[in-house]
Amino acid sequence: MSLERPDEREEETAVEERSADEIGELLGDNVIGREEHINAPAYVIRPDAVQETLSTLKSEAGYDHLSCVTAQEYEDRYESIYHLKKYDDPTQEVSVVVPTDRENPVSESAEPVFRTADWHEREAYDLVGIEYDDHPDLRRILLPDTWQGHPLSRDYDQNRPQVVTLREHANPLQEDYKAGGQDSDTMLLNIGPHHPATHGVLHVETVLDGEQVANIDPDIGYLHRCEEQMCQNGTYRHQIMPYPDRWDYTANMPNEWAYARAAEALADIDVPEYAQVLRTMGSELSRMTGHFLALSTFALDVYGDFSAIFMYGMRDREKAQNILEDLTGQRMMYNYFRLGGVVWDLPEPREEFFEKTRDFLEDLPQALEEYHDLISANEILQMRTVDTGVLPPEVAKEYGATGPVARGSGVDYDLRRDDPYGYYDELDWDVVTEDGCDNYSRLLVRMREVEESAKIVGQCIDLLEEWPEDDRTIQSNVPRTLKPDDDTEVYRAVENAKGELGVYIRADGTDKPARFKIRSPCFSNLQTLPEMSTGEYVPDMIASLGSLDVVLGEVDR
Amino acid sequence: MSSDNRPFITDDSKVLTDTRDARMAGQGDRFNSKLREAFGSSPFILTKFDKFMNWVRGSSMFMLQFGIACCSIEMMHTYSVKHDLDRFHAGVPRASPRQADVIIVPGTIVSKFAPRMKRVYDQMPEPKFVVGMGSCTISGGPFQEGYNVVKGAEEVIPVDIHVPGCPPRPEALVYGVAKLQERIANGESSPVTVKPYELEQFSDLDRDEVVQKLADQIDEDDLVMRYNWSDSP
Repeated sequence: MSLERPDEREEETAVEERSADEIGELLGDNVIGREEHINAPAYVIRPDAVQETLSTLKSEAGYDHLSCVTAQEYEDRYESIYHLKKYDDPTQEVSVVVPTDRENPVSESAEPVFRTADWHEREAYDLVGIEYDDHPDLRRILLPDTWQGHPLSRDYDQNRPQVVTLREHANPLQEDYKAGGQDSDTMLLNIGPHHPATHGVLHVETVLDGEQVANIDPDIGYLHRCEEQMCQNGTYRHQIMPYPDRWDYTANMPNEWAYARAAEALADIDVPEYAQVLRTMGSELSRMTGHFLALSTFALDVYGDFSAIFMYGMRDREKAQNILEDLTGQRMMYNYFRLGGVVWDLPEPREEFFEKTRDFLEDLPQALEEYHDLISANEILQMRTVDTGVLPPEVAKEYGATGPVARGSGVDYDLRRDDPYGYYDELDWDVVTEDGCDNYSRLLVRMREVEESAKIVGQCIDLLEEWPEDDRTIQSNVPRTLKPDDDTEVYRAVENAKGELGVYIRADGTDKPARFKIRSPCFSNLQTLPEMSTGEYVPDMIASLGSLDVVLGEVDR
Repeated sequence: MSSDNRPFITDDSKVLTDTRDARMAGQGDRFNSKLREAFGSSPFILTKFDKFMNWVRGSSMFMLQFGIACCSIEMMHTYSVKHDLDRFHAGVPRASPRQADVIIVPGTIVSKFAPRMKRVYDQMPEPKFVVGMGSCTISGGPFQEGYNVVKGAEEVIPVDIHVPGCPPRPEALVYGVAKLQERIANGESSPVTVKPYELEQFSDLDRDEVVQKLADQIDEDDLVMRYNWSDSP
């Protein structure tokens, strides 16, 4: 850890921690039972006391980060689990379990307490079928509106036919296409799902007043390819690991860590230290590829420039990909992690690999200098991005924003430091934050994070070079068939390129998970788009979208 | 011509004749490009017009800038430095389908997106060509068993060239595009495929249980796509 900020560390350790019993007392009569999840104590509460419980936890116990909402169906009940954390110390966790009966699955919405619950609960309604009382806008989010049934519920028949509409959007200039009646001067504009500026298949319905955005509604689900179902159909040991690569497909390797971390906690698997160093190095290289892409596509959005900056970004991404290809054998879908380690050691001859990586790291400062000349020092870009898309830190927390989006708003939150895993806490690096809260700060955070990643990779290379020959174990002993104990539940998160990527697994004693839930950082980050863009100009909305750096594969899963 | 004759450098009057002679005699690679071979020594060519058009089409393809999923990242790499699809006369991504000849389908197609993709494809002017990139556009790939995943792009639009891989390397995509150019230049058309999923008006659908249920939600004139999951491969 860096020596530069000793006061902050002290502050963090000073975050008040309450014992599980104290929290139980605080919640009083609303608690009807206790469970023990591997990561946190869980309180079973009455379905009509969700708001009261969560606001008590938020205001009195300091749990201000609703990380994830998991919904699932048991034989005899439905269950929503609210995973709460603290922004100041994410190791303090608590889960709130809300059971509802099968006949009438209705529980109270958490949306009035945490804004982020809005989309999470819509997803729970969409995929599992729990309804939330007092929710402002409970409709399907990932699947089309006309979908029949809830695919992750127990009695869903996958073979039943479905009808999906393609609503014809009439000419927006026609009289009847004005949003808000005949008298208004607003116009509805559909951006996406096929649009160069939406970074994939995102559909943004905007209502414009002149050139300003009066209302905005991101419509997602155009890449909902059933990742959770796929993981529930796979066995722990080998069949799940290829999928995380495809969640956030710009920076793949940290995603593998999310699954590995959750499953290793669930099955109590140790990872050799040597493998942890390899994992750390791979993940940071991968994070760099993600940030290079974010940078180059952001420039693409703001300048509309498909040549210079984009090519520079791709050039450096290509270099990092080459190193990772040497390490893993794949350009993008590395599939490098295994439970209990990694799949293979450094490529031989090692010196060549070290040299290649060092060359890359040596060239990096100059490349970043070029980026600063081209992008961040450019007046046009500054005019476009400084003080546009402002996201105050309180709002960011309210929406559960994490990663560069939160750090660009001055929220000092990075799981690599605050909830350490791998080899991060042994290395010397800093968490980057910027206080601007605007599009420019988010861009700067990413650019500076590339430098930090390079620092980490450099240290890993040194460590790997010196590592004693007889201690190079890359995998611990893991049983061929993993069967974690029945009814154990775990929620574990890692910091991927976009923020806090969490995985919830419930085991049922078989070799496949009974419920696999992915907490995607982009999903939460994208929710802040209306906050950032309402009242701004359309091009600023596009810049905000670029600075959020959403990857639709991860938003929709 | 003597061997110590050095065109371009010696006196100006000879240059023109030397160049022409070199072209006619077929000396030196510089003057014997494929184009020159086709043209011969005269400034006139004799060919069938459609053969010429096929050759032109294959040599100047405008791609649609169309990203869906993971494969689109590799597609971007194919367009940019190092691989540079532009070298193969196919590098200008157009944002509007109305200006594009070729659509590369880079990723998984899900139920909500299939009608949109069909619409984008329909907006492209004829003749149009489709390159399916990655396993997902062949069969649904790793997500084939998903409740929401269309089992291949061919269910929705006809595909000329399939590039397998998850994702395919940029080299593979370049090869796929080169193969497509070869086919176009030879005047081969894509096989006509029967597409199970077509856009149709809601009122034209069979009145079964699902349709009855949705009747009051969907306007009769709305375009819809009906998925019969049990019939798809």
